[in-house]
Amino acid sequence: MITLTDVHKAFGAKHVLQGVDLTIDKGTSMVIIGGSGTGKSVMLKSVLGLVTPDSGTITVDGNDVQRGDRDAFLARFGMLFQGGALFDSLPVWQNVSFRLLRGALKRPKEEAREIAIEKLRRVGLKPETADLFPSELSGGMQKRVGLARAIAAEPEIIFFDEPTTGLDPIMAGVINELIREIVTEMGATAMTITHDMSSVRAIADNIAMLHDGVIKWTGPVSKLDNSGDPYLDQFIHGRAEGPIEAVR
Amino acid sequence: MNALLTPIAALGATVLAMLAAVGRVALFAFETVTHLFRPPFYGREFATALVQIGWLSLPVVGLTALFTGGALALQIYSGGARFNAEEVVPSIVAIGMVRELGPVLGGLMVAARVTSSIAAEIGTMKVTEQIDALVTLSTNPMKYLTLPRVLAATLAVPVLVAVGDAIGIFGGYIIGVTRLGFNEAAYLKNTVDFLEMWDVTSGLLKGAAFGFIVATMGCYYGMNSGRGAQGVGRATKTAVVAASVMILAANYLLTELFFTS
Ligand SMILES: Nc1ncnc2c1ncn2[C@@H]1O[C@H](COP(=O)(O)OP(=O)(O)OP(=O)(O)O)[C@@H](O)[C@H]1O
Ligand SMILES: [Mg+2]
Repeated sequence: MITLTDVHKAFGAKHVLQGVDLTIDKGTSMVIIGGSGTGKSVMLKSVLGLVTPDSGTITVDGNDVQRGDRDAFLARFGMLFQGGALFDSLPVWQNVSFRLLRGALKRPKEEAREIAIEKLRRVGLKPETADLFPSELSGGMQKRVGLARAIAAEPEIIFFDEPTTGLDPIMAGVINELIREIVTEMGATAMTITHDMSSVRAIADNIAMLHDGVIKWTGPVSKLDNSGDPYLDQFIHGRAEGPIEAVR
Repeated sequence: MNALLTPIAALGATVLAMLAAVGRVALFAFETVTHLFRPPFYGREFATALVQIGWLSLPVVGLTALFTGGALALQIYSGGARFNAEEVVPSIVAIGMVRELGPVLGGLMVAARVTSSIAAEIGTMKVTEQIDALVTLSTNPMKYLTLPRVLAATLAVPVLVAVGDAIGIFGGYIIGVTRLGFNEAAYLKNTVDFLEMWDVTSGLLKGAAFGFIVATMGCYYGMNSGRGAQGVGRATKTAVVAASVMILAANYLLTELFFTS
């Protein structure tokens, strides 16, 4: 279980998170929605300890994420970064099996390569892709390699920052299914940021909407269409008029 | 009153900021060294860094030394002519190269070549979230990126300096024999006779210190790069300037330490 309690974070004069409270139960899929620049990525990074909140607490299974053994903590996580964040000095397969080539989870090279190719297949990439370098791939392919890397070591908790942006509708469908599968079959806890409403419906057990630095609405996916919340309604229907200003 | 104080306050603020930066760099360097004693170690990264920093810098350092040795021979010859001391050319070229010009010019050339590329590479990794990605993959960037580069530079630059010394002395020899009318055997004998072991060793120790500076500054400014292409550009520039100034300052301090008793 992941809990965020009254989390604040500012960059200079810009108050991005202003008291975020959120709970994600073990083995469920939480989708975070919210306008561009509202701090969704910053929120994910705070849970991983990549961004240190100014105040508030974040715990995973009751343990404060800022304390304790960072290596053991991070070994339970997989993360897909919004920009892919592939290592451009390494070929694709070594990116995917990065964790399996060094450190505590080290495997023989051939085995790591096989796992990498298998994970690439799951995100819809051919085995030939394995030996290319990230700079030789299209944006959507890089995204999928990032996704393969995030799931390669079969983590318990997986964060996806916009997994389907830049993908064609068919590939987006494949990725949505994959995320759903990881949660239902592997029992992983997932937290996904997306702007794609069809992804939201395909992936989510629960939804949280971030706006003005706080969670404006949270609830199960079944309540999405009859929440009665004007912010959420405006957002999911993509209306220009409503309580959320278009210029932010 | 205020108009009088503003420049002083600005000066004070600059000095404080500089001291804070020095403190941060020192902490960074110290942390890097501590990782030398704490596994895991990344051998492959170290080997790559050794090739990048050592082997691929050879041409630059070699050419620099060759031309410097030749110019030095010409200078000492024409300067020495004023008091009929032309025959000191071989020994002065050797001592000048080995003690001072070999390590300093070698260090500065490596700063231009290596510090810039380290800072730009790590800075780009920082702005494209690759450093964050390393952390989430349970890999400490200080161990994976910084230590291999710093260790490789500290070991490789003395070797580069040694090669540069030899090439520089050879450059002086060529000029001495072909242009200044020295006897070949006499030039070599003069070079060897007046050169002491400590002349060479002190230069190599300087090289090690400069290698440490070069890589540490590249890594530090890369890791602390600002956002975007502009941030990386600024980090690269600052790293090269800082490394060059620190090399010259360290050279003075080490010379004080080694040669005043
Ligand atoms: N390291 C940083 N330094 C300064 N400002 C930052 C930093 N990281 C994020 N911000 C700012 O925090 C705000 C939230 O950024 P974040 O990336 O979390 O947005 P987001 O909700 O993920 O948006 P998008 O949907 O466009 O990805 C932005 O205004 C951004 O400029
Ligand atoms: Mg984002």
